[in-house]
Amino acid sequence: MDKKKQVILSLRNISQSYVIQNEVKPAVEDVSLDVYDNEFLVVLGPGHCGKTVLMNIIAGIEKPIEGKIFLKGEEILGSDPRIGMVFQSLNLMPWRTVMENVEFGLELAGMGKKKRRAIAQKYIDLVKLSGFENSYPHELSGGMKQRVGIARAYTNNPEILIMDEPFGALDAQTRYAMEEEVLRIWKEEKRTVIFVTNNIEEAVFLADRVILLSNFPAKVKQVYDLSPLVRPRDLMDPEFLRFRTEISDNTDLAL
Amino acid sequence: MSDEHKVKVENLTKYFGDLHVLDDVSFDIRKGEFLCVVGPTGCGKTTFLNLLTRIYMPTKGELYIDGEPADPKKHNLSVVFQEPSAMPWLTVEQNLRFGMEIKKLPKDEINRRVENMIKLLGLEDFRDRYPHQLSVSTAQRIIIGRAFAMQPDLLLMDEPYGQMDIKLRFYLEDEVIRLWKEMGTTVVFITHNIEEAVYLAERVLILTNKPATIREEVKVDLPRPRKVSDPEFIKIRNHITEQIKWW
Repeated sequence: MDKKKQVILSLRNISQSYVIQNEVKPAVEDVSLDVYDNEFLVVLGPGHCGKTVLMNIIAGIEKPIEGKIFLKGEEILGSDPRIGMVFQSLNLMPWRTVMENVEFGLELAGMGKKKRRAIAQKYIDLVKLSGFENSYPHELSGGMKQRVGIARAYTNNPEILIMDEPFGALDAQTRYAMEEEVLRIWKEEKRTVIFVTNNIEEAVFLADRVILLSNFPAKVKQVYDLSPLVRPRDLMDPEFLRFRTEISDNTDLAL
Repeated sequence: MSDEHKVKVENLTKYFGDLHVLDDVSFDIRKGEFLCVVGPTGCGKTTFLNLLTRIYMPTKGELYIDGEPADPKKHNLSVVFQEPSAMPWLTVEQNLRFGMEIKKLPKDEINRRVENMIKLLGLEDFRDRYPHQLSVSTAQRIIIGRAFAMQPDLLLMDEPYGQMDIKLRFYLEDEVIRLWKEMGTTVVFITHNIEEAVYLAERVLILTNKPATIREEVKVDLPRPRKVSDPEFIKIRNHITEQIKWW
C-alpha cells in the first residue's frame, strides 16, 4: 500500500467474557486495532481462541462488556449495514435459488425486483456463477456455495467485509482455488476485508497485514506487515516460507 | 525395513453403474512402509480407501494381504476417519481396548498394549475421561492410538488432520511418525495436502482424475525430521503439485 493509509475501523480496548459453570471466563481481552481502508487484513489465531467472538462483536451480533468500535471516526453500537459478513457455515437458504439467496438483503431493504436483480447479477458474474442463478444450494459444490456467500455479502455493498473462516470446511486444493478467487474478487471490487483463519499458510498467502491472536482469551500477540511479499505469492518461495515459519513459531499450540 | 510385500493390489477397478471411478490400479506395499496417496479433488480417493477396507468390493481386481485375498475376518484392517469417531459412551481406556476385545485377544495382551499406548501418547491423566471431555485433537489422538494398538496388517488413514491448524498438524504428524516407527505398522495415508504427504511418506502415489489410476509413484528419501523449507523438500512438493494441479 503506497497510498497514505486511512483508518476506516478502530477497535479500542474490546473485552468480552462469559460465565461458564459459575466462573467468569474471558474470551477476548483488551483488543485494540486499526483497520485501514481497502486493506486485506487477516486475523489469525489457533482453533477456538476467540476469533469468532471478536468478529461477532465487530458485526454487532454480540455486545462487548468493555470497549468501543469506531467506523470512520464515529462510534457504532450494534450492527451496521456498512459491515457485511460471510460465515463459515454460510447460512444459505436451501429453499431459495442462488439468485434469491444473493438478492435477499436488498429484498429485505425494500428494493424493487428489477433493480436488485441487476445488482445481484453483477456479483453473481463477479464470483463466476453465471448460469447457476436458478440452481439451489444442494446442487452446488462446497466451493460454489462459498461463492454464493461472497456474492451475497457484496450485493449489500458493505464498506467492510468480514469473512469468518470461509474456507475452513473445504479440502486443501479447493481452498487454494478459492484463495486465488477471493484475491481476484478483492482486486476487481476493492473493499476492506477482514479475513479470519486458523491456517497460517492461508494468512500469508492473502494478507496485507496479519493480526496474530493468542490462545483463549484472544489478545493481539503480534502484527505482521506482509507488504514485502509481492502478489501473486508463491507458496514455496523461500521468503514466503520464512514468514510462515516466523508466524508459526510465534503461534500458541492449542492441544 | 524389509522388502517383503505385505499388501498387493492387482488391477483394482470399480464401477458404480455407468460411473467409472477406479481404473486398473496395481501396486505393492512393503511391510512397515508409510505410503501416502494424493490426487485431485473428486478423483475417487474415498472409493479407493473403501475398496482397501473392504467396505466396497471391487468390480474387478483383488487385494491381497500376505498373499491371501484380504478378509476383514482374518486380517486386521484399521481405519482412521476424518471425523472424530471415538465411542462417546466409553472412556479413553475403554476406547483403546474396544477393538482388541472384539478380536478376543487375551486379557494380558490387551492390558499390555493399552498401557503401552497410554504411555506412548502421554494420556495417563485422561484414561478415565470421556471423549466429550477432551479437545478435538486429543480425541483424534485416541483414535489414532486405538488403530495402532490393534497392530493392524494395514492401517488406513483418511485425511485425519483435514481441518486442524498447521501447528497442531505438525505436532500430530510427528506423533504418527513416532508411533509408526515404534510399532512398525504398514500405513496408507490419504490426503489432499501435498506438503503433508511429502512430510510423512516414504513413497507417494499420485492418482489421476476420475476414473482414477496411478499417474506416478514418487519416492521421498529425505531424512527425518523433515524440514518443509528444505530445497529438496520443496522440489518434491512442487513436482507433485504440478502433477495434480487443477485450480
